[in-house]
Amino acid sequence: MDAFLLPLLGGMIIGVSTLILLLLNGKVAGISTIFWNFCTSKSMESALFIIGLPLGALIAYSMLGISQPTLPSNTSLILLAGFLVGFGVNRGSGCTSGHGVCGIGRFSIRSIVATLCFMASGIVTVAFLGVNT
Amino acid sequence: MTTFVALVSGIIFGLGLAVSGMTDTAKVQGFLDLFGNWVPDLMFVMGGALIVSAIAYQIAKKQIRPMLRYSFDLPQNKTIDQKLITGSLIFGVGWGLYGLCPGPALTHVLSQDGLLFVAAMLVGMLVSYQIKKFI
Repeated sequence: MDAFLLPLLGGMIIGVSTLILLLLNGKVAGISTIFWNFCTSKSMESALFIIGLPLGALIAYSMLGISQPTLPSNTSLILLAGFLVGFGVNRGSGCTSGHGVCGIGRFSIRSIVATLCFMASGIVTVAFLGVNT
Repeated sequence: MTTFVALVSGIIFGLGLAVSGMTDTAKVQGFLDLFGNWVPDLMFVMGGALIVSAIAYQIAKKQIRPMLRYSFDLPQNKTIDQKLITGSLIFGVGWGLYGLCPGPALTHVLSQDGLLFVAAMLVGMLVSYQIKKFI
């Protein structure tokens, strides 16, 4: 299969998820904000969305023949990267989904700026430090 | 009903992440490796997601309210401040370091390394939340 087909299809499936959440529940599918609400406000809606994420991935791996990627085992790198991701998305009020997909989809200048920032620093980080695998 | 919709939406989102390749740290880092062995495939993830989410927003703009609630709950903040910029820059560094952003990280939460990442992410969020009160 062409290399871009699954990414395109997967992206459109992600888009369908944001469409459902917006048109039915009136909410923006920003994962970092939903995860924050789940952790701090015990919101049932947020909890079920978060639980759905690994379930959906499991369906893709077990039923659709998508190969399940394993994470590189590097504990100090995991702790550092996880901390920076959490710190950054909280400070910047969003991540790849909230700013990158939903925000740009609403033509929000704020989200376009945020997306350019994290894409740029992600590219610079990989350029200087290489890939971890 | 809204909680059921949230679950279905979460499942579809996780499915999309896995199908697209965003849960594979090597692919994500390959995509960010613009000045090395760039693998452009994941550009299509954002493209595909953006097309559908932009259509969703255009439909929403014509609605008075969502189907299951009395009003839309959309971000109102339009200010571009140092918090948005420094926060997003820091997020990108963490994303590039390991190749995981919050959604894909949460799909990995059943593995030990994934859980560790999510725990570190929560600590980072809590620290940022405290610091944001001052600067």
